Amino acid sequence: MEVFLQTLVAGILKGGLYSLIGMGMTLIMGVMGIINLAHGQLMMVAMYLTYVCFHYLGIDPYVALVVSMPCLFVLGAVIQKYALNPLMAVESILPENQVLMTVGIGMVLTEIARFIFSSNYRSVTTTYSGSAFFVGGVSFSVALTVAFLVAVAFTLFMFWFLVRTDLGRSIRATAQDRDAALLMGVNSKRITIVTFGIGSALVAAAGTLLMPVYYLFPDIGGPFTRKAFVITILGGLGSTVGAIFGGLTLGLAESFGATYIGMAFDDMIGLLIFILVLLFLPGGFKRLTKV
Amino acid sequence: MTMGAERPMRNPSSGTAWGQGPWIGPGILLVALILFPLVVRNAYYQHLLILVLMWVVIGSGWNVIAGYTGQVSFGDAAFFGTGAYTAGLFASKLGISSWWAMALGGFTAMAVAFPFGWICFRLRGAYFALASLALNEVMRHVATIWESLTQGMVGILIVQTYVSKVPYYYIALALAVVSVAGIRMVVASKWGYYFLSIREDQDVAESLGIDTHFYKMISLNIAAFLTGMAGALYMNYMGFIDPEVVFSLHDISIMAILVGIVGGVGTIYGPVVGAFVMVAVHEFFRTGFFGLFKLLAAATGSAMVETAASYVAQAHVLGFGVLVVLVIRLLPNGIVGDWKKIAGRGVRPGSQGVGQ
Repeated sequence: MEVFLQTLVAGILKGGLYSLIGMGMTLIMGVMGIINLAHGQLMMVAMYLTYVCFHYLGIDPYVALVVSMPCLFVLGAVIQKYALNPLMAVESILPENQVLMTVGIGMVLTEIARFIFSSNYRSVTTTYSGSAFFVGGVSFSVALTVAFLVAVAFTLFMFWFLVRTDLGRSIRATAQDRDAALLMGVNSKRITIVTFGIGSALVAAAGTLLMPVYYLFPDIGGPFTRKAFVITILGGLGSTVGAIFGGLTLGLAESFGATYIGMAFDDMIGLLIFILVLLFLPGGFKRLTKV
Repeated sequence: MTMGAERPMRNPSSGTAWGQGPWIGPGILLVALILFPLVVRNAYYQHLLILVLMWVVIGSGWNVIAGYTGQVSFGDAAFFGTGAYTAGLFASKLGISSWWAMALGGFTAMAVAFPFGWICFRLRGAYFALASLALNEVMRHVATIWESLTQGMVGILIVQTYVSKVPYYYIALALAVVSVAGIRMVVASKWGYYFLSIREDQDVAESLGIDTHFYKMISLNIAAFLTGMAGALYMNYMGFIDPEVVFSLHDISIMAILVGIVGGVGTIYGPVVGAFVMVAVHEFFRTGFFGLFKLLAAATGSAMVETAASYVAQAHVLGFGVLVVLVIRLLPNGIVGDWKKIAGRGVRPGSQGVGQ
């Protein structure tokens, strides 16, 4: 029972971060109709920023959020503006040109990181990295708990932002129907740029929050891109609520899989869920919740 | 995906994709390729051309499913690796010649493609692409974890049949010719038109009575078959495989996509051109601009140049990434697809913007 509870807690804490990753992906997905295959790589960039902040400037990872998020916002906006938006005007056979472009961008980011930091594993070891507190015999990692709470805060903020603010409404309008939004006076090109920025900033937050308890190397982006993708499929494409459920489900599944099946299958569990969802629940949780 | 509506229709009668394309250029190329090992005795260049021919096969396979049918696949390595492992396991487990896999590798790859396509063709566009990427990863993990069968990361080592490269060269050439000619035939047949109609607008194709799921399956299985054959050839030629090599996302799946898009998506000879370009680029980086840096380092005796040389040797993935970005930006239809644009303006492909 203790093991079960511990696994549950670990899964939920991890799931909070996954939700953050998935939310960025699903926002981009919803507004532009493309999957951002550089999502994990953007997270990797944020993690390296955190690493640099910690090791060279002595900035605590949680404070580094104010560095990594704006930086990634700008990076995301630049990618959208100069690499992805121009492709819309280009006549080509494959509609997936933008997706292929994100793959290329992801490769470039990974290799640049490898040039600067080499392939060695890095980590940020803070005073609280290894510490934990106990509630009824179940240990809560301090860093993961903080990460979870911050992730929840960001999620709530995003809801407020999307539902209440003008910009948020414009984003949702563009996601629903780009042409109609354009007719209503929404500058949809600007919206795509802002959205990609926000999506990148969200995944940057996840990366920075993960840093105190995780390791880092240039190729770490790929697995997280796949995770983000599984979360979006699980939650239903373009659904923000779905991304939260998807993130939690993936976190729990990975954590239970690691405990009860074996660590080696960690990566495969997400992919297995992915296939199962496709088979039995195409459309993801969105279909159940209708949100 | 609603992106189909924003996309202009291509005139299906343009380009070399259709039935009676030119025979002269490819004919000359074929004769040159047949004569090549007789003229060039250097094993290194023979090796490079074997790789090029292998990539012609893989790229052509990718082109069928992605270029003609419009289902971009990121999982070619799954089929390639299956073919390669078929050959490897024949030798290591069954004790029969790995050459049998040249006959069966394509079918085992189809055995992977069939259930995958059956499940995942309910997805469209980028979602299918990601599903194929997932297949790639699943296969790699399976090959790594299932040690009793595949020997995991240890890999499989077999003894090559021939010391000379020439037999491999002609086998690769035969395979490449058969796949290009076969695809040319398929594309000019009714199936080809079905594939194209699915690419241009799946809903319209469906409403015209085309069983899109069925034809996407056919297309995928053609691709898997060719890629599996290429994998079996790779095992026989290289004599060593491990999961990281043959199920590699970057070195196989992405490379296949690059061969396709650099050469020209949805053109018969695009993958042929793409294979030449990509293998050249790969070698260009791997050898440090064909030893240029090494020469410089030796000439100047500078340690910095030497470090730069070692960096360049590792930079081929970066080079690929930049190439993807540039090609998609400047030549969205590849060298063959945008040939008129390149030739018409009489300028180098890299020197003009296309984002009108």
